[in-house]
Amino acid sequence: MDVLTWQQVVELLRYDFVRDMLVAGAVLGLLAGVLGPLVVTRKMAFAVHGTSELAFTGGAAALLIGVGVGYGALVGSLVAALLLGLLSRRDSDRDSVIGAILAFGLGLGVLFLHLNTERTANKFGLLVGQVVSIGSTDLWLLVSASVAVLAVLAFTWRPLLFASVDPAVAVARGVPVRGLAVVFAVLVGVATALSVQIVGALLVLSLMITPGAAAVRITASPVRATVLAVVFAEVSALVGMALSLVLGMPVSVFVTAVSFLIYLVCRLAGGNRQRAR
Amino acid sequence: MTAQLTDTRSAVSLRGARLAYGDRVLWDGLDLDVAPGEFVAVLGPNGSGKTSLIRVLLGLQKLSGGTVRVSGGNRRIGYIPQQRAVDDTLTLRGRDLVGLGLDGHNWGMGMRGRRPRRERVDAALAAVGATRYADEPVGLLSGGEQQRLRVAQALVGDPEVLLCDEPLLSLDLHHQRVVSDLIDARRRDAGTAVLFVTHEINPVLPLVDRVLYLVEGRFRIGAPAEVMTSRTLSELYRTNVEVVRVRDQIHVVGAQHVCEDEPHHVVGES
Repeated sequence: MDVLTWQQVVELLRYDFVRDMLVAGAVLGLLAGVLGPLVVTRKMAFAVHGTSELAFTGGAAALLIGVGVGYGALVGSLVAALLLGLLSRRDSDRDSVIGAILAFGLGLGVLFLHLNTERTANKFGLLVGQVVSIGSTDLWLLVSASVAVLAVLAFTWRPLLFASVDPAVAVARGVPVRGLAVVFAVLVGVATALSVQIVGALLVLSLMITPGAAAVRITASPVRATVLAVVFAEVSALVGMALSLVLGMPVSVFVTAVSFLIYLVCRLAGGNRQRAR
Repeated sequence: MTAQLTDTRSAVSLRGARLAYGDRVLWDGLDLDVAPGEFVAVLGPNGSGKTSLIRVLLGLQKLSGGTVRVSGGNRRIGYIPQQRAVDDTLTLRGRDLVGLGLDGHNWGMGMRGRRPRRERVDAALAAVGATRYADEPVGLLSGGEQQRLRVAQALVGDPEVLLCDEPLLSLDLHHQRVVSDLIDARRRDAGTAVLFVTHEINPVLPLVDRVLYLVEGRFRIGAPAEVMTSRTLSELYRTNVEVVRVRDQIHVVGAQHVCEDEPHHVVGES
């Protein structure tokens, strides 16, 4: 592998695509970090994985009919999120619903790629992420969609937290628990679709789940967990991207490695979490 | 006249209330007024509609007939569910649980008024003696500690009506006492009406003003001494039921499922 010198890295930062990538990484880190602890609390890791792979299906469909991959991924994830939110009414059947939808969706994605005779380079990128896949249109989509997700999240924050950690009493207090489950699934779907562009469908978990899972290992405060998850996701995304630039390897390799390292450290630190008597 | 008007101001009022699922009538013609500060125990076998009554009062279940009125509406209701296992990795401290009882139903992030909020949460925690473990993860607390937090969560919103659904289930005798004393203190100090669903009347017997006893569509309302008799319960169960008083305790012998230990839930798993 070719390791770049510092001068070459500074040189790289002059390129729009590099700057776009770093901005995209920072935005995604924020988004994924904010959602992460709630996703972990609601036990939706598999749902995130499912939505991200269906973003791939949407992207493949978009490639086939010749529209932006980003929009296709967004639509694919949204459809998946809505299906999951509406079909899995009970926790107990969520896993099987995801399994069924995911399998069929991936089959469709493979079909779309098979029917597509051009642009082979993009096919791999949808699954494992690709630096150059972020264009300025995608960046615009990313930033505006992120702002929308964060705004909805801020508005629904307290009832959503209530419904996530204490659904029985939340329902009794008039919180629309069912409706919020669908809203949250859609928020996760949008965030997932955006992340797919950068880390790829297979590795979205490293930004959405791993930082959140790491944070809840070391604190029981929902607010602190969210702040920590944002920090962990930002570090994973930006350090991962920087390393991939310097070492000339795919982004996802380092994003996943950094976030997993943080997770390991948090597990060790919180592993003997006991009550202070 | 004024005195009479205040007398008739009830916290909970059911008039000719009927609840039926298809052909199955849980109860019909139920008239119940719970006065402020009154403690009403709701008893009956499984499937008699105790939990459905709570759901009706919470507005989660529509009556098939009649009317229901809860003073101050849903926001003035405190609700204490039965103790259930909490995942020990749940990202939630005692003070967060109580805080959600205060304003968890409000939209937004609640950035304004954080200091008075914290003071109210602290006061509610102190009132149930939970200050010491307020910052511990809820999942690492004992059942008794969790139920004290539940009481604080239900009381922090300053409720006019307290709905308790088997809040003592799976607690040991000491903690049954602690939790029921806290509820008793609240209704005496603040005049909160209490509706207390339970399958076991003895832990709360000294606190109970009236009993609502539901059996297969039939019901009886009255003071414990009136309702908890061999004659009344035999009528309700339509079989020979013996009520035995041992010291300060009441034991019901003879009917199938008179004393059930099955927990149930107000809210389905969702």
